[in-house]
Amino acid sequence: MSADTTVSEDGIDLPPPAEPTTSRGSWLRRALGAIALPLLALFSAAVVGGIVIIAGNRDVVGLLETDLPAGLSAGWSVIIDSYAALIRGALGDPAQLVSALVSLDPHALVDAFHPLAETTLSSTPVILTGLSVALAFRAGLFNIGGEGQLQLGALASVLVGFSIQGLPWFIHLPLALIAGIIAGAAWGFIPGFLKARTGAHEVITTIMLNFIAIQLVGFALRTPLYQRPGRTDPISKSIEPSAVLPPLVDGLRAHWGIVLAIIAAIFVSWLIFRAKKGFEFRAVGLNPIAARYAGMNIGATTVLAMMAAGGLAGLAGSAVVLGTTHNLIPNLGGGAGFDGIAIALLGRSRPSGVVAAGFLMGALRAGAVPMQVATGTPIYLVVVIQALIIMFIAAPALVRAIYRIKASRTIGAEAFAKGWGA
Amino acid sequence: MKLELRAITKRFPGVLANDAISLQVGDGETLGLLGENGAGKTTLMNILYGLYQPDSGDILIDDNPVKFHGPGDAIAAGIGMVHQHFMLVPVFTVAENVMLGVESTKTALRMLDLSVVRKRVREISDQHNLHVDPDALVEDLPVGVRQRVEIIKTLYRQSKVLILDEPTAVLTPQEGEELFAIMRSLVAGGTSIIFITHKLNEVLQVADRIAVLRRGRVVGTADPKETDSEKLATMMVGRPVDLVVDKTPAKPAQPVLEVSGLRVRDDRGQLAVTDLDLVVRAGEILAIAGVQGNGQSELAEAITGMRRVELGDIKIGGEEVRLEPREVYRHGVGHVPEDRLEEGLVPAFNIAENIALNNYWAPPVSHGLSLDRDAMVKIAEQRISEFDIRTPSVFNPVANLSGGNQQKVIVAREFSRPLKLLVAVQPTRGLDVGSIEYIHRRLVAKRDEGAGILLISTELDEIVALGDRIAVMFQGRIVSILKPEEATFEKLGLLMGGARPEEKSVEDARALAAQAV
Repeated sequence: MSADTTVSEDGIDLPPPAEPTTSRGSWLRRALGAIALPLLALFSAAVVGGIVIIAGNRDVVGLLETDLPAGLSAGWSVIIDSYAALIRGALGDPAQLVSALVSLDPHALVDAFHPLAETTLSSTPVILTGLSVALAFRAGLFNIGGEGQLQLGALASVLVGFSIQGLPWFIHLPLALIAGIIAGAAWGFIPGFLKARTGAHEVITTIMLNFIAIQLVGFALRTPLYQRPGRTDPISKSIEPSAVLPPLVDGLRAHWGIVLAIIAAIFVSWLIFRAKKGFEFRAVGLNPIAARYAGMNIGATTVLAMMAAGGLAGLAGSAVVLGTTHNLIPNLGGGAGFDGIAIALLGRSRPSGVVAAGFLMGALRAGAVPMQVATGTPIYLVVVIQALIIMFIAAPALVRAIYRIKASRTIGAEAFAKGWGA
Repeated sequence: MKLELRAITKRFPGVLANDAISLQVGDGETLGLLGENGAGKTTLMNILYGLYQPDSGDILIDDNPVKFHGPGDAIAAGIGMVHQHFMLVPVFTVAENVMLGVESTKTALRMLDLSVVRKRVREISDQHNLHVDPDALVEDLPVGVRQRVEIIKTLYRQSKVLILDEPTAVLTPQEGEELFAIMRSLVAGGTSIIFITHKLNEVLQVADRIAVLRRGRVVGTADPKETDSEKLATMMVGRPVDLVVDKTPAKPAQPVLEVSGLRVRDDRGQLAVTDLDLVVRAGEILAIAGVQGNGQSELAEAITGMRRVELGDIKIGGEEVRLEPREVYRHGVGHVPEDRLEEGLVPAFNIAENIALNNYWAPPVSHGLSLDRDAMVKIAEQRISEFDIRTPSVFNPVANLSGGNQQKVIVAREFSRPLKLLVAVQPTRGLDVGSIEYIHRRLVAKRDEGAGILLISTELDEIVALGDRIAVMFQGRIVSILKPEEATFEKLGLLMGGARPEEKSVEDARALAAQAV
């Protein structure tokens, strides 16, 4: 329970609300309330990030020491330029987009949409791993194992992708995807089973399984089964064209993985809020004793939730190898498994929130390189901003204090942030 | 010391918890503060103890206004509080617990000086006949004595006004009597007491003056010599209340629950239920009395599939049933669990979800893999009107409901299907008179429909009012089964406290048990 609950200890009844809760106005207000905190966290992170930009810029720091007003104005323009470049790199140049849309020239269109495509590409795996963490969290489980499950998913998908030949794409591609899901689910089964049978805490077991998965990939890539002939470095054979997740548009790297991610989000949304199993997940997550009282099987629910979470993270790995890289190398996905934790937190463990947070993270990543090219601000700034956003989100009381917002009754993100000891 | 509250108002978002409450307690006086749950008693006491700040109004001590910014200020001003849940460290001794927070030290090294504390504890204990050994470990003490340790804690801090929050909830009737004797001794010594309760007979017995709270307001004060339970209950609830449960004699039919040779262990692996036999028949209420912690909870959990049976048989409706909650449910057993928020409800779920909590897996609530949310809402709306659950909507999380309404959600869920057996554990714990009356009527109605009811309660009023047969449980066994007419409070109290029934009545009990089988 949140400490912010406004019901007094002896449980005073709430009076009837001034307006019915189904009315449009209150729906809008609730939606605004739900995104206000993440937006303010984003804003706060940008402010602190601006200070970091100046502190990291030698010219500006030098100028600040000698001529303060000139230094400040130079600093201001560096911050604005950096963020402008970041946004252009993530979303594209508006003028270019408009002229491309007017001319309908295929080349201009591809060029103009390149930044958005890169954002989409980066957000695909993190949306899926975010869904994985969010789903497990709904069942009261902290899936820190997204990275390992992603690696295993990639390992299985790439194997199916290169080892089977001569299949039509509509059989080969689903087969490769399913292999990834199953491998991720299997990797999720282990901590789920250990928790259900022995009570081993899933945070510990999933972290350890990440190490094992990462080393397993490193090992597999040096076996003849995987390693590309003629290579001594750990790189797998390339997958058959029939197993490739095709690009959304020729010439851009964004591929159909994003569609899978959105479908997965819709599925998770249905599962959590509409399905019998999801009802069990949530009941077990919120009150396992009451869930048992209600006849639910806590152990089986735990195992199933971890497998579902593992499957989603596994699909993230599949999407990367089948859609982006077409082969497997160590450290695939650049830590997308870990980013999933942050994204689930940012998205308040709601599928729609996870998709939005995933796109935000994807945009930050996609915009980082153009920003460095344009302004010299190092790409690592993006990592700092990312970390700051998460910190502000994890400390809602801090954001509320800064912006003088009254505590709300919403408990999703706070519970997530505070629930680690559970 | 004279304590006065003047027009205290405290508002929570959307709720006026205290509305211009004025009260005063004089030197050596016991003020009984009576009110239903949600009447604002706890809020008021938390204001007095410095945990909340009032929105307006004053606290005056000896006619001087004071401001409490935290419990520290209140303690310094001479106010002591004994919470319903004790704040003691079990592995510390009595003296160590008493000292906690006001440690006395000696020498330059600031070594703890226990001897002073022990001496003082002994003095306080002797003065008021508390019989507390300062060197005893708290974890070894019975509940009644732990409560006295809490009282000593406040006296050690030189409290002049003692707030007792529902102090008898955890005590046997005999321990309750002892507490009242202690309270009288304290008052004779000049301490003032604010005694918070919802039990009418207690407040009549021990208070010098009674103030009744309803919906955040003082609705009346009364002199215990000039009032009676009915009048107080009417004041408290706001309408005349039927304190006596109306019921016709039971018409017991076939056995619906047969327990024989049952042995169950508690969470720590200790035997909680030892070789217990009992029978509940259709159309009767078997009430089990006992002090908390004598195996009643474990018995109920074993029957409802929540706890593993080590040895023995449980038959439901004459059949051996696999003792899993869902199997037990399918065999027509309803269960009102002991702790509604821990076991019976998912507090963060809304009412509709909680009403579907144990029947979500079958039509009409679900079809195939999906829940039918419309059906869930429709059913919940029906139950809300049928069981008079006070809530703005079915989508309100049950955590936001009052205790009485939370319990009604459970009752609505469990009573709305044909039952062979109903296991009700402490079904009215912490509820106000109005809700208690309601739930008692529902229990009797369910009995009259032909369900067998196993009622487990530590409230003797409830046991005697409802039981068609009354069993007393002590240390995992049923020590005696009485007819309601022979079950006096005194007799029950002695049996609950472990007094052995005379040989004859033991034989009677056996004979009764044998008859029942």
